[in-house]
Amino acid sequence: MEIVHVYVRRRGDFGRQSHFSDRPAELLVDIGPDPPLADGFIHRDPRDVATQSAQEMSEHQVNTERFESESRGINHVEGGWPKDVNPQEMEQTIRFRKKVEKDENYVTSVLQLGSVMENCIKQNNATDIYQDYSEDEEAADEVQEPPAAKTVNVFRDPNEVKRTVTGLSWHPDGNRKLAGAYSCLEFQKASKDMSFDSYIWDIENPNRPELTLKPVSPLVCLEYNPKDCHTLAGGCYNGQIAFWDTRRGSQPVELSSVEQSHRDPVYKLIWMQSKTGTDAFSASTDGQVLWWDMRRLSEPTERLVLDLSREGSLDAALGASALEFEATMPTKFMVGTEQGLVLSCNRKAKSPAEKIVCTFDGHHGPVYALQRNPFFPKNFLTVGDWTARIWSEDIKESSIMWTRYGTSYLMDACWSPVRPAVFFTVKMDGVLDVWDVLFKQNEPTLSIKVCDEGLYSLRLQESGRLLACGSRLGGASLLELGPSLSTLQRNEKSLVAAMFERETKREKILEARQRELRLKERSRSEQSREDDGAKEADGQEDPEELIARAEADFFSAIDAEIKRRQKEEDKHREKDVCEEKEVRNGAE
Amino acid sequence: MAEVEETLKRIQSQKGVQGIIIVNSEGIPIKTTMDNSSTVQYVGLIHQLVMKARSTLRDLDPQNDLTFLRIRSKKNEIMIAPDKDYFLIVIQNPSD
Repeated sequence: MEIVHVYVRRRGDFGRQSHFSDRPAELLVDIGPDPPLADGFIHRDPRDVATQSAQEMSEHQVNTERFESESRGINHVEGGWPKDVNPQEMEQTIRFRKKVEKDENYVTSVLQLGSVMENCIKQNNATDIYQDYSEDEEAADEVQEPPAAKTVNVFRDPNEVKRTVTGLSWHPDGNRKLAGAYSCLEFQKASKDMSFDSYIWDIENPNRPELTLKPVSPLVCLEYNPKDCHTLAGGCYNGQIAFWDTRRGSQPVELSSVEQSHRDPVYKLIWMQSKTGTDAFSASTDGQVLWWDMRRLSEPTERLVLDLSREGSLDAALGASALEFEATMPTKFMVGTEQGLVLSCNRKAKSPAEKIVCTFDGHHGPVYALQRNPFFPKNFLTVGDWTARIWSEDIKESSIMWTRYGTSYLMDACWSPVRPAVFFTVKMDGVLDVWDVLFKQNEPTLSIKVCDEGLYSLRLQESGRLLACGSRLGGASLLELGPSLSTLQRNEKSLVAAMFERETKREKILEARQRELRLKERSRSEQSREDDGAKEADGQEDPEELIARAEADFFSAIDAEIKRRQKEEDKHREKDVCEEKEVRNGAE
Repeated sequence: MAEVEETLKRIQSQKGVQGIIIVNSEGIPIKTTMDNSSTVQYVGLIHQLVMKARSTLRDLDPQNDLTFLRIRSKKNEIMIAPDKDYFLIVIQNPSD
C-alpha cells in the first residue's frame, strides 16, 4: 500500500527562504502486524552466535636507535690469577704455582694426561699417520732401478788401416742415422794408405755403412744441418770446410778454398740458426773462428782471431779446440782453447777487439769439449786435462763444480738432452762415465768400459736414450741408456737449479773474500811503503855508499892487477936484457 | 711431585718434542718448558680453542666430551690433553 503525504504551498511562496521550526511528532502511518503474513516465518531456537575470548592484538612497527658494533681482538696477557696474586710479581706467582703443584688433584691429573700424551707422541714418532702411502710406492719403484746402459751395436771402420772416430752427429729427424768423421789426429801418424772416407751409418745395419763421404782430406768433425736433414758440413784435417748433400752422392758439393780456410785441422763446426739455414762457423787450432755461408764456400763471411791482446795477430792467438753455440742465444758463442781458457764471445760486437767478452781460466790442458746445459743455459760444462768442470757464466774466476782428477784424460763430454742433472764423459782408457750431479758428486754414477782403446768422441741422440761414442780404432759404439737415466725425474729441474745457484753463490762469496784479502794486502803494503819512505832518506845513502864502495873495490882490484902484470913484464924484460948482456959478454 | 717431574722429563726426552705447558682451568700456566712470552701466547689462544671444541662436541651430543685435541700444522703438531681442572699442551715436530 502506498503511503502518500500531500502538502500545499501558495505559488507566491515559492523561492522564499526556508524557515525551519520544531513541531511535535505526528503519526503519519501505523501498520499493525498482519497474522496471515506471520505464517511465512519459522520460529528458530537456539540460534548460533560466535564470540571470541582472545586477547586483542594489533601490529606495531618500531625503529630503534642505531647500535654501533666493532670487531676487536683481545690480547691475552696473563689469565685468571686470583685476586690476591699480582701477576707482575714474580714471588707471588711462583708461590701460587708451587701451591698448585702440591695439590693432589694436580698430580693425578698430570700423571694421567701425561700417559695419554706420551702415547700420542710415540705414535707420531713411529709413523706419519698423514703420509700419502700411494705416492710412496711410486717413489720406491723409481729408486729401485739402478742406472744402466748397454751396448746395442758397434760400427767398425771397414778399412784396413783403422782411424779414430773424431766426430759424430745424429740425423736431425728420425734419429735413424749416425754420421761419423774418421781421421787420424796423432801428429804425422797418418799412413799413406789411410783412406780419407767418412761414413754415414744406419743404426739398424752395422755391417755396411749407408753412405760413404769422400773428402779431399780426412774429416775431423762432421755435422748434420739441423734445418735440412740431407745436408752435412764437415771440417777437414787440412783446414778446409766441405759441404755434402746426401742426395747428390759421396763427393762434396762444395769445398772451401785452401787459401781462405784454416791452417790447422778444423776441430769443430757448428751450424747456426739463420733464415737461410746455410750458415755455419768453424774453429781451429790456428787461432781463428770463421763464419761460412754454405752456398759460397770460396771465402768466409767473417773472421775472428782469438787473440787476447785484441790486436788480431795470428801469432799471439790461442788455438781453438772446442766451440759452443746455443740457439737461444744467437749472438753469443763460446770457444774452448788449447791453452785451457774458455772465451766467451759476442758475434755482434762493433769492433773485433770487443768480440771477446770474457775468459774463464780453468784447465791445465786443451779444452776438448764445451757445452751449455740445455735446461740452464747460464751453466756450461767443459772437459779438459783430467777433469770435467761445470761453470756459471757469472763467475769468471773459477768453475762452480768440478770432478776429481781422473786417472786418464777426458776427451769429450755432453749433457743429457732430457735430464738437466746428467752428463756423460769419455776417457782415454775406453770408459764412458755417466755423472748424475743430484745423485753423487764425487764419482760417476755409472762407469762403463766400452772398449779397450781410448774413446775420442761422444754424442747423445735427442731422445736421450741412445748414445754413440767413437774410439781410436774406428769403432763407433751405440749404447742404450736405462730408463732411470733417460727420463726426467720429479723436481729434477728445481733441484738442479737450486744446486747450481748454491754453488754459484759459494763461488761468489769466495771471490769476494779473495778480493777483500787482496785489498787488505795492498793497503798494508802501501802503508809499509810510507814507513819505508821515512827511512829512505837515511836508507838512500846506504845503497849509494854501497855502490861507491863497490866501485872503489873494483877499481883498486883492477889497479892492483895492472901493477902486478907490469912488474912481471919488467922482470921479463930485465931477464932478456941480462941474457942479451951475457950473450954479448959471452960473444965478446 | 717427583712422579710429575719424571713424567714431564720423559715426555720432554721424546724425539721432536719442542715444548710442554701445563695450564689450569683458569688459564694460568703452572709449568712450562718454553719462554714466558710464547707460553702466555699459547695458553691464551689454546685455552679458548679447547673451550670452543669442547662446547661444540657437547652441543652435538651432550653425552660426549673432548678427550684429546691434535692440531697438525706445516711446521709442527700441537697436542692438547684436557682434563677437568688442568690441561697439558705439548708441541712436537713430527719425525718425517
